Amino acid sequence: MLPSRFDYVAAHSIEEALAAKAQGDEDTRFLAGGQSLLPMMKLRLAVPSKLIDINRIDGLGGVERRNGHLRIGAAARHADVAASDAAFGAVAAAAPWISDPLVRNLGTLCGSVAHCDPEGDWNSVLLATGADVVARGPGGERSIPIAEFVQDMFANSLASDEMVTEVRVPVPSGRSGGSYVKLERKIGDYATVAVAGHLELGDDGRIAAAGLALTSVAPINLKVAEAEALLVGNQPGPELFAEAAELAAAAADPRDDVRGTARWKRQVVRTFTGRALAAAADQALKG
Amino acid sequence: MEVTVNVNGTDHTADVEPRKLLVDHIRTVVGLTGTHIGCDTTSCGVCTVLLDGAPVKSCTVLAVQADGRSVTTVEGLKSGGELHPVQTAFSDEHGLQCGFCTPAMMLVGAALLEQNPDPSDEEIRWAISGNLCRCTGYMNIVKSIRAAAEAKATAAAGADS
Repeated sequence: MLPSRFDYVAAHSIEEALAAKAQGDEDTRFLAGGQSLLPMMKLRLAVPSKLIDINRIDGLGGVERRNGHLRIGAAARHADVAASDAAFGAVAAAAPWISDPLVRNLGTLCGSVAHCDPEGDWNSVLLATGADVVARGPGGERSIPIAEFVQDMFANSLASDEMVTEVRVPVPSGRSGGSYVKLERKIGDYATVAVAGHLELGDDGRIAAAGLALTSVAPINLKVAEAEALLVGNQPGPELFAEAAELAAAAADPRDDVRGTARWKRQVVRTFTGRALAAAADQALKG
Repeated sequence: MEVTVNVNGTDHTADVEPRKLLVDHIRTVVGLTGTHIGCDTTSCGVCTVLLDGAPVKSCTVLAVQADGRSVTTVEGLKSGGELHPVQTAFSDEHGLQCGFCTPAMMLVGAALLEQNPDPSDEEIRWAISGNLCRCTGYMNIVKSIRAAAEAKATAAAGADS
């Protein structure tokens, strides 16, 4: 299969990439790993007029700790995140479960985040950990909280003249733990259901901050704010987590499809939320 | 646009349309047909090549993206007239049935052994988890990659003594 015709620009700097975007029409797209975009182009679900390849821009890769956050550059591959000692909590837990090993060698975290596929894993992880997406445009750089970045199914809040340059995940100062619990029919398939959990513990052992988000069970990656609010201020434990799991199951809006019935998926959300929170608490207590 | 891709140690320069996929470039322009096209939808991994040493699906890379980079196909596994230990092992251990996925499986196996010379069966299965074998001959594929690891270790020990 061949994608339809397009112009190709290999940018060598962010400025060059932004200039090419400004000169292009509304169907101009950035190309990072291409592991979602190219399959869509081959099926003609995406028909870009121009692709701006950002893979040759120096300094756009990297997974590292910087100024109290984990920085993941726009050209960093899923495999780079999985192999990184800097990654932690839910980010480290999710990385090995992104697609399959071959896709992880090319696909990027930032590309997946910008793609805003509700069946994509990373936006749940970023919602749970309270990450920011950093975008660069002609006016400079701005930091967008992930909850504002994800607008809708396949829609982000970038302006047409902006590109994502990195994602920043705050590194908690105290004890913390994170998890990503994913059910998939086979490696490489989208999640049937997945749950991202993140817990920070105060000195008194109570939960000081909590993050919980769901994949594949709503029109967007779903942050379960009710459950997060319930968790904060309480001692971690099975009964609390069971209550949070009920709230997550109630918030989920799954659909019947080839991967299972909505009723069953809601039950998986309930079970996996309990497991995700238990794993996060376990990691925080050992931390 | 003009693109130069180093395939199995040799530079190949050609005028390439941006929409041409790397797998088509390798098969039709470079002329090496050991890289197969399976699903053509980023699912099966049969088109695997090593891009700068890392296994990727060549149906999901544009040829222009490979400009200035090196690609290893199954034809590049053999060196100096000698089969790669993975190739010998797939032959000895019957690591193939119909053979369609075999070039990809051998490349993934060879790349794994570069990173991890003594992988467990679990690590081998994890490494090939992006590659489908429609004959379902996974047992012997795992066995072959393990045998290749052992053969490489034996050869290295022999070279040391």
